[in-house]
Amino acid sequence: MPTSPNASATVRFRDPQIEMAHGAGGKATRRLIEGLVAPVLGGPLLDSLGDAALLQLDGASLAFTADSFVVRPLRFPGGSIGDLAVNGTVNDLAVGGAKPTTLVLTLILEAGLSTETLEIELRAIASAASRAGVAIVGGDTKVVEHGKADGMYITTAGIGIADRRVRCAPSTVRPGDRILLSGPIGDHGITILLARGEIDLESDLCSDTRSVYPMVHALIASVGDAVHWMRDPTRGGVASALNELAADARVGVVLAEDRIPVREEVRGACELLGLEPLHIANEGQFLAVIAAERADEALEAVRAVPGGEAAVIIGEVRDQPVRTVLAASAYGSSRVVDMLVGDPLPRIC
Amino acid sequence: MKFVDEFRDPKLIRQAAQEIQRLAKKDRHYRFMEVCGGHTHAIYRFALQDVLPENIELVHGPGCPVCVLPMGRVDDGLSLANDRNVILTAFGDMMRVPGRTGSPLEHKARGADIRMVYSPLDALKLARENPSREVVFFAIGFETTAPSTALTLRTAKQMGLKNFSVFCNHVTIIPAIRAILDSPDMRVEAFIGPGHVSTVIGCRAYEFICRDYGKPLVTSGFEPLDVLQSIVMILRQLDEGTARVENQYARVVPWEGNRPALKAMAEVFELRPFFEWRGLGFISQSALRIRDTYAEFDAERRFSMPGIRVTDPKAAQCGEVLKGVLKPHQCKLFGRECTPEHPVGALMVSSEGACAAYFNYAMRKSDAVAV
Amino acid sequence: MCLAIPGRIVEFVAGEPHLAVVEVAKVRRRVNIDLLREDGLAIDDWVLIHVGFAMSKIGVAEADEQMRLLAMLGEDQQAMDELIGYRFE
Repeated sequence: MPTSPNASATVRFRDPQIEMAHGAGGKATRRLIEGLVAPVLGGPLLDSLGDAALLQLDGASLAFTADSFVVRPLRFPGGSIGDLAVNGTVNDLAVGGAKPTTLVLTLILEAGLSTETLEIELRAIASAASRAGVAIVGGDTKVVEHGKADGMYITTAGIGIADRRVRCAPSTVRPGDRILLSGPIGDHGITILLARGEIDLESDLCSDTRSVYPMVHALIASVGDAVHWMRDPTRGGVASALNELAADARVGVVLAEDRIPVREEVRGACELLGLEPLHIANEGQFLAVIAAERADEALEAVRAVPGGEAAVIIGEVRDQPVRTVLAASAYGSSRVVDMLVGDPLPRIC
Repeated sequence: MKFVDEFRDPKLIRQAAQEIQRLAKKDRHYRFMEVCGGHTHAIYRFALQDVLPENIELVHGPGCPVCVLPMGRVDDGLSLANDRNVILTAFGDMMRVPGRTGSPLEHKARGADIRMVYSPLDALKLARENPSREVVFFAIGFETTAPSTALTLRTAKQMGLKNFSVFCNHVTIIPAIRAILDSPDMRVEAFIGPGHVSTVIGCRAYEFICRDYGKPLVTSGFEPLDVLQSIVMILRQLDEGTARVENQYARVVPWEGNRPALKAMAEVFELRPFFEWRGLGFISQSALRIRDTYAEFDAERRFSMPGIRVTDPKAAQCGEVLKGVLKPHQCKLFGRECTPEHPVGALMVSSEGACAAYFNYAMRKSDAVAV
Repeated sequence: MCLAIPGRIVEFVAGEPHLAVVEVAKVRRRVNIDLLREDGLAIDDWVLIHVGFAMSKIGVAEADEQMRLLAMLGEDQQAMDELIGYRFE
């Protein structure tokens, strides 16, 4: 239903200029969206601060999402900006409880970009779309001056058919619900960091970019509306996604520190640089909150999907401490896992 | 990860915690200071306070080189980046530290060429690759990091580089510990010593603490078992009534320190007569500057900088928190005007500062307990 | 000041006597070893790395000794508890 901007919603965002932190997926991003974008644009946006919006159009239940892709370098071990663009949009729809069907995408190209690079990306997009089972039905292309656009920026919009078997909403999340994570975290963010070449670390790590739809589909098919909430933990990592869950659903989240899957290389890079794996971006994983009594079944269903073998229950929802995510150690202590302000920065101290 | 995971073994952690419970006398309140910001970070990251008995209080010391850097020095560094020809390089820790007109990240957003590096050698590489640009490295850190800067400068000199310099803000740990010990409101009875600084300066440097002030110091590693074992060793000393330096981190710390590191530092640096420490005031002989023999690599001589002193608002009680007199949440500004997102004082600026660490890792837990 | 991580020397760099390739959990970095020249380093030695420099050679014997001491913590107490249990009070 079309809505008009809520005239009484006030703009609370007071930062004088936009900084990199506002795009990092953490607290600053949330402040920008909640404090400026949502009040001005109004309506359903306020409810779907997450991924896809669910719309009723003439009797059809559709999920509708938009996304943008800005990455440097354009190609990296495991994929490229084209893969991210398709998979990222598909994943937004999947965790919105929809079957992804259709994409449009716009390319903003920097003058001087080689045609060969563009063609490689277009083939990557076509191939990712084919693997994900989505059709690309339109788009646009613009060229900007040399020095802008880091080579190429891609924006997308995607549509999916809402799966009626599931009704994800923060209001359905209950204390006792289990938290499922599809696989190891941090692969993408660390791969990108290393691929930039500024840190001089080498490893065999690859981005985990892929469609999570097959796993999500299997999950919904097996336990349906026992799935209360889903999110793909991209920028800001698992920590930011779960902090959003805790805030939106007004619950607490407790994770078992030693159950969180992290590849050795990601661990090594994070220890070396003083980074927290829970804050690092992922492009091929999802989180789901499942009713406790169906959690084992749900886990089995995801693990049965090729690529889902590493899925694991990492924690549960509690009623306290509210709006807080804790990580509990195996020796009986716990620490607060906060949402980042901006991008994670390596430290030496 | 070898030499890491063994020292995070949950079973051994519980055993060490039990031993601490056994050794800590019920009728005493213990206050131990961990000097180093890295230990503060470890204590919060591994939530070690949770496994310690209520009567052991860990007081967070001044060993956070970012926290104690006066804002005026941050401004001086940032002023260099106003010159379009300069590439200013700094560790990640510095990038969000506010100067009066914004942090390095914010200045970068406004067009300054400021780049994050993991090592001073990366800055050196930038200088070699960009001969027409001036590359400046914003050096911070205690004695753990100073040798790396020294070796980098030595290499720059050997290469005859003409476009590289260092803005030196290295500080030394002993004068800071002494300042804490000499402070009239100081109530700490033992020290958890800085493990990585000690790989350079050795353990002998701390003997004066035991001899002149009668307080034990145990040089400690940074894994949970290291910190807990150090506390066991301190409790045993207090029980015996001894005060001596012990090396818990023997697998890494040589008693005599690292000779090549000390030699390189002596060749490149000399002590400043005095230096201002944010929250602690002026301390004599507590910071390093670049020697005349390396003058061409000294950014302070190569460039002119504003050199304006910026004082913290009186309401910011960083000094008292640094000396362990106040806990972070007892400062009037904590969590209100002063948060990690908009830090007012030194200890909120870096993630290992006492206030930032408490805010990020512990604060809402205790809120929950109160609920 | 304090973030330093143990890594294993996997390679020396030909033509660069100041450098070694060190591996931390399958991640590799070139590290300056000038501070440890006097120690004499070999492949498979473990070193502590800070800002791209090897600061110290890790003593395996000292690490083993430390683990031994840590394993004993609490053992003494268990022995004590057993002893107390045998007293006739």
